[in-house]
Amino acid sequence: MTLLAVWLGKLTLLGLRLIGRRGNALPGLVVEKVFPRFLARAMARLPEGVVVVTGTNGKTTTTKMVATVLDEGLRVLTNDTGSNFVRGAITATIENASWSGRLPYDVAVFELDEAWAVRFVGLVAPRRCLLLNVMRDQLDRFGEIDTTAGLLGKVAAATTGHVVLNRDDERVAALAARTRAEVSYYGVSAELREMFPNDEELYGGPVHVSDLPATVELRTLPSPAHPAATLRIGGRDHDVLLRAEGPHNAQNACGAAALALSFGFDQARVLAGLAKVSPAFGRGQTFTVDGRRVVLQLVKNPAGFRQTLRTLDARTPEAVVIAINDDYADGRDVSWLWDVDFTALGPLPSRRYTAGTRAADMAVRLRYDEVDVDEIEVDLEKAVRSAVGAVQAGEHVVVFSTYTAMWALHAVLQRIGQAVQ
Amino acid sequence: MITLQLVHLYPREMNIYGDTGNVLVLRKRLQWRGLPVQVTPVSVGDPLPTDADILLGGGGQDAAQGEIGVDFAARGPELRAMADDGMVMFAICGSYQMLGHEFVTQEGRHIAGVGVLDVVTHGQSVRLIGNNHVDTPEAGRLVGYENHSGLTTLGAGARPLGTTQTGRGNNGQDGTEGAVRDNVIGTYLHGPALAKSPRFADDLLRRAYLRRGVDAALDPLDDALPDLAARTAVGRPR
Ligand SMILES: [Zn+2]
Repeated sequence: MTLLAVWLGKLTLLGLRLIGRRGNALPGLVVEKVFPRFLARAMARLPEGVVVVTGTNGKTTTTKMVATVLDEGLRVLTNDTGSNFVRGAITATIENASWSGRLPYDVAVFELDEAWAVRFVGLVAPRRCLLLNVMRDQLDRFGEIDTTAGLLGKVAAATTGHVVLNRDDERVAALAARTRAEVSYYGVSAELREMFPNDEELYGGPVHVSDLPATVELRTLPSPAHPAATLRIGGRDHDVLLRAEGPHNAQNACGAAALALSFGFDQARVLAGLAKVSPAFGRGQTFTVDGRRVVLQLVKNPAGFRQTLRTLDARTPEAVVIAINDDYADGRDVSWLWDVDFTALGPLPSRRYTAGTRAADMAVRLRYDEVDVDEIEVDLEKAVRSAVGAVQAGEHVVVFSTYTAMWALHAVLQRIGQAVQ
Repeated sequence: MITLQLVHLYPREMNIYGDTGNVLVLRKRLQWRGLPVQVTPVSVGDPLPTDADILLGGGGQDAAQGEIGVDFAARGPELRAMADDGMVMFAICGSYQMLGHEFVTQEGRHIAGVGVLDVVTHGQSVRLIGNNHVDTPEAGRLVGYENHSGLTTLGAGARPLGTTQTGRGNNGQDGTEGAVRDNVIGTYLHGPALAKSPRFADDLLRRAYLRRGVDAALDPLDDALPDLAARTAVGRPR
């Protein structure tokens, strides 16, 4: 039956390619309908089982970190296509299985959004999971933050082997009580704690410093003077040069490291793996356009936007574009922009652009934070071309962009420029 | 010029969908005109400043509404006296509901409000979500985003802020949105609503000055940008 499922999926994939399409969901959908137990059976044959990575922010890059580190010693199957649904996982499995039905992997690492993670663990009990954070999204998608934490609790409860939790997000740390699996924590040092505010702290709540022990602790952040992040593992400090920029990625690296340690990986192997992780799709991905460097940064919710803005601490770009769309996949409600503090942009010498369907909304938001906008251009390509044209060769343009705008801009940048590997 | 005192109610608990932005909008619109302003956050257990001019409250998660419920209810007599005295209140969603007589949950539990507004809200499971705006007789258009599950009905002592053309409004039935009595305004429009409604925002300021006996001629600000954002929002799908 597994073999039949693999063939059915592979033939669907082939069919899609013949008509010139590259599908992620359809082969998974077809197999899911015909062989509903396929995924569970395929995953049961992996010697190290399944790792689920979920949380509101940082899933994609963290999943890539986990997969890259585990790749140092294991054969890793992962859904690095950005398709974070059960069907995406099925499609990834089918694509990577041989025609004889063999799945030549030791472990699967899947990024799943909170709601889908619950569906997934109903089908497949993960051996391990890494739970990152619970932040406000455009809340109409999953409901309230407490509801979202409840979803992660179900993932923790379904996990059989080892659960890695962010000790600095109290809602996440509390999920230790929901699982019978082994639990370990990652975190940031007390000195760095206020740089990683949780939802309550953003609105004036006291900064909570956890006394839970962290297997991996972030000690110092990368800075222009010291570009490496320092991670404390087993009482010793290690420097690691991360290619994914920003404090949030240094924090996520600790989670990925803690998870890899649960496999019995030694510290050297974990650190070597982390140093190899390149930015994920649209998460700090860099392009060159006419000799200018254009960095694409996805923003989806207030906490993520705040964190991503901090990538500007290390290097000031000559131009900043903020592209806000309000299509269904972005969230129709753009009120979350008011939960982001943009005042730090005010003193920067960068030229500033707003773009996308809600370019005017974004400009209003910036104005109330005393940030002047040089140009408001709804058309995404025009906005980026304008920003690129306004800076010199060798200079930087950083584009912060919501989901659908990011996809559109990714296509534009591939057409008018080149991706930097 | 007198200093306007803005009171931000429960900033920690009641702040979803950008409602905190309403405080920033009013503060900046005063500061840009060189007018003195003070913002006082009032959390559970804090006293309400007796010289408050404008009270601002936002929406919250259900759990947060539970946390502040007792504290809010205990402020009933004080808030009713302030409303009778013409104080300006601008309350969104959860704060709007609690300014009413009561909130009746789906399970039939009665949670007492403070009775400042003659409205009653009934919980239900379906959420009313989408872009929405309302044209008000006194202060132009209020543009925002509604997202609520409580259904609010108005009694004889409150009149609607306006009639919604495209949204669901107070209850999805009678076409009304929001409620007004004296200088107290409740609405379901998040957004923050004042960001794209500059004339409405200035009208709140004008009411607050008038109550203090000052007929403030507020210098005009360049509102081309919020007006453009408002037109865009009104033209977008729900
Ligand atoms: Zn609401």
